Amino acid sequence: MEAQALELAQSLLAFVGLWDPLKGFIEPAWHTIWTLLKIVAIIVPVMLGVAYYTLAERKVLGFMQVRPGPNRVGYWGLMQPIADGLKLLCKEVIVPTNSNRYLFLSAPVLALAPALAAWAVIPFDDGLVLADVNAGLLYLLAMTSLGVYGVIIAGWSSNSKYAFLGALRSAAQIVSYELAMGFALVCVLLAAQSMNFGDIVRGQSSEYGLFGWFFIPLFPMFVVYFIAGVAETNRSPFDLAEDESVIVAGFHTEYSGMGFAIFFLAEYANMILITALTVVMFMGGWLNPFHGWPLIGGLTDAIPGLFWMLAKMFVFMYVYLWLRATFPRYRYDQLMRLGWKVFIPLTLVWVVVVAAWMQTPWWLW
Amino acid sequence: MKKIIDFFKSFLLLELLKGMSVTGKYFFARHVTVEYPEEKTPQSFRFRGLHAQRRYANGEERCIACKLCEAVCPALAIKIEVAERADGSRRTTQYDIDLVKCIFCGFCEESCPVDAIVETRVFEYHGENRGDLYYTKAMLLANGDRLETQIALDRAADAKYR
Amino acid sequence: MNFETVLFYLFAAVTVFAALRVITARNPLHAVLFLVLAFVSSAGIWMLLEAEFLAITLVLVYVGAVMVLFLFVVMMLDINIEQMREGFLRWLPVGLLLAGLILVQMVWVLGDEATSVGMTPVKHAADYSNTKELGRLIYTDYVYPFEIAAVLLLVAMVSAIALTLRKRRDSKRQDIGKQLKVRREDRVRIVSIPSAHSAGVVQDTSNNGHTAD
Repeated sequence: MEAQALELAQSLLAFVGLWDPLKGFIEPAWHTIWTLLKIVAIIVPVMLGVAYYTLAERKVLGFMQVRPGPNRVGYWGLMQPIADGLKLLCKEVIVPTNSNRYLFLSAPVLALAPALAAWAVIPFDDGLVLADVNAGLLYLLAMTSLGVYGVIIAGWSSNSKYAFLGALRSAAQIVSYELAMGFALVCVLLAAQSMNFGDIVRGQSSEYGLFGWFFIPLFPMFVVYFIAGVAETNRSPFDLAEDESVIVAGFHTEYSGMGFAIFFLAEYANMILITALTVVMFMGGWLNPFHGWPLIGGLTDAIPGLFWMLAKMFVFMYVYLWLRATFPRYRYDQLMRLGWKVFIPLTLVWVVVVAAWMQTPWWLW
Repeated sequence: MKKIIDFFKSFLLLELLKGMSVTGKYFFARHVTVEYPEEKTPQSFRFRGLHAQRRYANGEERCIACKLCEAVCPALAIKIEVAERADGSRRTTQYDIDLVKCIFCGFCEESCPVDAIVETRVFEYHGENRGDLYYTKAMLLANGDRLETQIALDRAADAKYR
Repeated sequence: MNFETVLFYLFAAVTVFAALRVITARNPLHAVLFLVLAFVSSAGIWMLLEAEFLAITLVLVYVGAVMVLFLFVVMMLDINIEQMREGFLRWLPVGLLLAGLILVQMVWVLGDEATSVGMTPVKHAADYSNTKELGRLIYTDYVYPFEIAAVLLLVAMVSAIALTLRKRRDSKRQDIGKQLKVRREDRVRIVSIPSAHSAGVVQDTSNNGHTAD
């Protein structure tokens, strides 16, 4: 693939007559250029997905509240994200007095960078992954836990009590739910016997289609992981970090214009990431759910894995919005109780159960 | 035993799923939104919108400067100055309504003994400058002249309930 | 000098700089953030040694969880910098002594031929799994020290919780578990009372409509 792309680039550049002067530069650096191209090929769809996810959120919330949602900018409101983006780009970036200027301006970047960096290890199809690392699962856990720095630093450097309260809430919440999330991942690790995402998905392939996926033996972990994921991304009903009825807008109260936009992008990129992870670890990633079934299995096997991956992600992205449309916000002590007194014991028990189960002949996965 | 059942019920998130089924159902429900500029809701003949001053059929203004509306106005939005006209009748020299203050309660209309000040069905008006929504007597009379047919119809429709 | 060496010196320089800033930064929050930077760049150095597992665990545990709690505490405290600088000269000898002691120990352990065997990185085959090797060592050769350390940590955690856990009589707190356990049947009782009319009872008006209780 890499060599073929180089040939293609060579013929293209030769066509415009630029190959000979650029040859000395391109050939030794081709690996770097190719990797950068792959990064762009991941980041651009993710960013577009984020933009349209905001529209989807407003549409889904609207539909569930028996109203049409945004429908003025473009046909069916399809230009709304672009209009919003332009508006935020044109707005003034306000830096509050007595705020810590450098930290204030770097906080959005700290929030967005891990959210995008984590995409490096997500496999979209068999072999379609930027970095096929062996410690992929750990890398991902580390990246998602780094996202909290953006929130904390934003809250502290704003020099605003609402932002500060939001940051403290968010820090405690993310640290608490990360434990449950980590233990849920330990179960996946046990079941797949690998930390490589490609191997995790391959471990779920069987002749029984979707019955081979890990969400069946690890069902409680699947639920816990998704709920903890909602809490990790500070989304409703766990959005206490930006509890608008209590602390204005939480950690990004003082942000305007692009600063706010970047926080927004980071939040939605994280949401899509959590859905991708849930799909990869519990719902068989790019695998065909009907594989091996009589009749339907043969027909659907022709569909590329990327389609299945995206289709499953769409389902979970919809559930994210569905949760937001349905549930009221948790109270803070309830949130902490759920994290520490329900999820962590449950996951701890299930780690032991899975480990014991795997030693018996009844482990079918 | 009941406790055990409750325990499993809470772990299976039954109550949450019930809630989600409700929102899930409404996802497919018909929207009730009125797409405003294209669609409009029906208006009552008692609709209280932009103010107008009416005239009699012979062109004489109705207002007799009794100042009842000024007295009743809860928002103190009406200002009236009175003088005797050349023919000896009592008339206003100034009749201003500040629509920024007005709360559209309709008390001026109710208190008026000669049906001079009325509120019309018009609600789509705006001001682009400070003071654009300060309506003077001439503006109110112009409103009345423009909308007299509709105003008369609305009063007639409302008459049998009074 | 190959690319790896350049990277090593880059990470090392950042680590040393960040570590220096940790003790020289005036703002305690900046000090904590520099400590985070030091952790991340030393994770980078470990990565160069092909110890991905340890490097990522360092980021995950220290940067992702421990330092967040550090930040949490530092942000909540109202630290008076003047007061902190007061005893600087007085405690300087003790500090220097401690630093010297640590230095001597490190030189002793790392510099000695006998103890530094195996400290030099060995090139391994491509299928060599650092993680697997680590797990094997922890659960076979060093299983007792490992378990003892784990139990120690558990004891420390339990005792810390036990020390701070106290039931306050004067506070009104909600037991969420109890709240959740409540069912409709526990709170609401539907009683069918025959109305005065259908039962044919003449209403008693002597108490002016007030009920007896």
